Amino acid sequence: MSQADTLKQSVPGVAGRVRSPAAKAVTEIEQQVVEIISDSGEGAQSCGQSLGAIAARMGNGVWTVEIIPAEIRPPARSVAGASGNRIRLGSRRVTNGGDETDLVVALNEQVLLGRVRAGELKPGCTILLESKWRDDTDPRIASSYLQTHEQLVSSGYRVVEVPMERECKTAVADARRGKNMFALGMLCSIYSLDMGMAREQVALTFRKKSREVIDNNVLLLEAGHRWAETNLEFKYRIPAVPSSEAQIVVNGNTALALGVLASGMEVCAMYPITPATSASHYLADVFEKVGGVVHQAEDEIAACAFAIGASYAGKCTVTITSGPGYALKQEAIGLAAMAEIPLVVINVQRGGPSTGQPTKVEQGDLLTTMFGSHGDAPKVVLAASTVEDCFYSVITARKIAETFNMVVVVLSDASLATAQTPFPRPEFKDAWVAPPVDQTPVPSGMRPYDWDAETGLARRIVPGQPGGMHTITGLAHDRDSHVAYDPDINEEGLRARSLKLAALQKTLKPPTVFGDETGDLLLIGWGSTRGTIEEAVERMRAEGRRVSSLHLRFLQPLPPAINDIMAGFDKVMTIETNWSDQPDEAIIDEHNRRYSALAMLLRSRYLVDIDCWTQVRGAPIKPGAICKVIREKLDQ
Amino acid sequence: MATAASHCLLKLYEERHELEDYQSGVPRWCTGCGDNAILAAVQRLCRDEQLRPEKTVFVSGIGCSSRFPHYMKTYGFHGIHGRALPVAEGIRMARKDLHVFVNTGDGDCCSIGAAHWVHAIRYNMNMTVFLHDNQIYGLTKMQASPTSPKGLRSNTTPRGAFLEAMQPLTVTLGVQNVSFVAQAVDWIPELLYDIVSAAFRHRGFSFIRIVQRCPEWLPSLFEPWLHDPERVRLLHHDAGIQISPALARVYRNQEHHDPADIDRAREIASCIDPIPVGILYRNPEVPCYEDLRETDHLRTNEFIKSGLEAEFDKFTVWPSA
Repeated sequence: MSQADTLKQSVPGVAGRVRSPAAKAVTEIEQQVVEIISDSGEGAQSCGQSLGAIAARMGNGVWTVEIIPAEIRPPARSVAGASGNRIRLGSRRVTNGGDETDLVVALNEQVLLGRVRAGELKPGCTILLESKWRDDTDPRIASSYLQTHEQLVSSGYRVVEVPMERECKTAVADARRGKNMFALGMLCSIYSLDMGMAREQVALTFRKKSREVIDNNVLLLEAGHRWAETNLEFKYRIPAVPSSEAQIVVNGNTALALGVLASGMEVCAMYPITPATSASHYLADVFEKVGGVVHQAEDEIAACAFAIGASYAGKCTVTITSGPGYALKQEAIGLAAMAEIPLVVINVQRGGPSTGQPTKVEQGDLLTTMFGSHGDAPKVVLAASTVEDCFYSVITARKIAETFNMVVVVLSDASLATAQTPFPRPEFKDAWVAPPVDQTPVPSGMRPYDWDAETGLARRIVPGQPGGMHTITGLAHDRDSHVAYDPDINEEGLRARSLKLAALQKTLKPPTVFGDETGDLLLIGWGSTRGTIEEAVERMRAEGRRVSSLHLRFLQPLPPAINDIMAGFDKVMTIETNWSDQPDEAIIDEHNRRYSALAMLLRSRYLVDIDCWTQVRGAPIKPGAICKVIREKLDQ
Repeated sequence: MATAASHCLLKLYEERHELEDYQSGVPRWCTGCGDNAILAAVQRLCRDEQLRPEKTVFVSGIGCSSRFPHYMKTYGFHGIHGRALPVAEGIRMARKDLHVFVNTGDGDCCSIGAAHWVHAIRYNMNMTVFLHDNQIYGLTKMQASPTSPKGLRSNTTPRGAFLEAMQPLTVTLGVQNVSFVAQAVDWIPELLYDIVSAAFRHRGFSFIRIVQRCPEWLPSLFEPWLHDPERVRLLHHDAGIQISPALARVYRNQEHHDPADIDRAREIASCIDPIPVGILYRNPEVPCYEDLRETDHLRTNEFIKSGLEAEFDKFTVWPSA
């Protein structure tokens, strides 16, 4: 069967004859979700990242998320092995990954099946499928392809078979690794992206390679573009308003690392753990250029202890980890809380418990970060809700840690970790940077823990300061840092460490409501779900629903006025990516229902009947799913 | 001129630190505990080296010996069980101007903190580490430790310890980048001091295992060694420890051992009776991790800003002109 016949058969409306590009109708759309998926190592990631970067340069809103298999090299053509990128393009700013996928480029049908089964593709979704498998010499592969193709077509997907490898071979001699740039060229055509910018982007992507490699990839890009212009019936344009200000495009983990750089911290101690490690990879590459050190410790506990030691003797330090690593650090975090040593701990959450889902998103660590470590170990917990927030949260965390001599935990998650979206390029401020380590003599009479009667705050004394010699200890201690088991002294220390949270709380501003300040339903969220919740609220408000949302950046302490805000709504519920029991289970009632983390916290603090809706499917919640929840809740 | 000179002298006199400048509180260790001997030797070292108390940090974990920093009038960090070494590494990484000492027991170092011990040897950061090895858990009341002799009856091994004792010296000498290993016994204070002093002067991870008595739980464990000087073998060398004539008359079991000889050091390390005392191994050429990681940059705000701006540039989408 010829290629033209295939196209005719699969796609109604795609003509087998060569059409001139000018004749093609361009459909204007407001937004679209695109995926490019392949086996690991075929470059789908760089294709997707490049598409996002080009669209961002044109002024489109962009949100890209990596699709990562759990294994480094899963078997080729396996359903669980999909590797790639999911890109949402929009006319306006895009704050989340959106709903199901509108168009997907797949380099084989098996990885595509994985996405179909996960329910990630929109009904009728357009599929651009590498067609070389149809004629594979292995009859099993050829028949698997034919079978899948038939199944996809009969399920109503718009399948376009594309002879990618064959077309690539006509463009360059060795086309084995070049299909990703061919695909990028096709996508540039489909979404009417600027080819000049695309060429520049290809040069940027391959900047560390030879001129020849760059030239070959530009040829492939152009071949893909040409093929799509000639052979595809459809073409879209997502109108863009180019930004008038400089923006940076990074993912959440890179933003965290940039935040470490900007905060003036000098030491990051870490142990490799998914999905946090890429922050340390980037930091390891650049930190030394500004005089910093990334220390890869022998284990998570050592990383935390190393950070505490460095913090104790110098500037506040940071340790970066994910859930299992956080669990291991708990005892050391308790020591920092007890001895009042500033410390920033970044927890890029993943699915749990135990090894759980290392590459997948979950917001399961809120309670453990707040209440973890034994005894009463007050610490500050804040959650980044956007990629931009990842950057600023680290700077804020460092400052709070040093001002209050506390442990500050910054929560991110696997979704923000790999999500890329533009945000205004930050302008450096001297105030971001940690001050030099105090080495002045300690005034006589000053004690290591001169707890302020009202706030519990005490000035930290750092080794090297003459006259300040004392031994800090994880044991109960008095103001001289002497071990003390006296009941009054024990309570004095507990009180001081606890009051510091209240003192911080007094400096926080009330959070802002998204939508009206009164209504039928208030959704409350935290962390990476912000953009999704707000988009859902926006859609429902457009339908006339009286719904608003509130997003919390500080989880411990909670900002003021939350109870006043909740009072403006008939119903309040949290939306979270962690487990909660379904109230309609036969065995579940109000006496045993386990609420989601934030719902539980808010219920206990404000004595308000707050419901929750959660989803723990290892993928970011989609705005459409929240819309459904809103409708159901309001129609109850 | 004369005024200036006398002023300098006066200042030197004023800044001179005496033993009491390093002493803090009354140790709460049992009478006869080996920790007291180590404390005396270390305070003497600080005085003799005239270490500035504010530039000196003692780091410990948990256990009887880890109370050590509380009895020094320097900076101290009495942390959590097993983690003294990574804390000390962090301090050293942040502050190369500080003298860092670590006090850790046989449970703290060889059991709960064993992973850190192995890696600390490999990092070879400049610090002096005292393994207070009394072969028993004292603070938690007499449980077997990894260095307890086989057959030792304790609260967790009432019918005798099941396993052969771990040998901290052989473990240490088996790790890549080992740079200083010595052994002392608490009942020969003169050599204890000499060894502590040599360890301090070595630049790198100086590891001293101190065989010490626990009068509370194992009062007679080392009696045979105390009563028979032949059961202690003194290691001496021009490049190691020299033995005074007085000591040489009592301890006649001696070996001329070159601390550069790692093969012989490993043989000596595996000998538990007689107990070898002296410097087993020293290699001043092993690089220190903190030196390898040092950057030349002066971290001004301007410098951080320019580094950050360069990174932003990599990711910036500029507005179209």
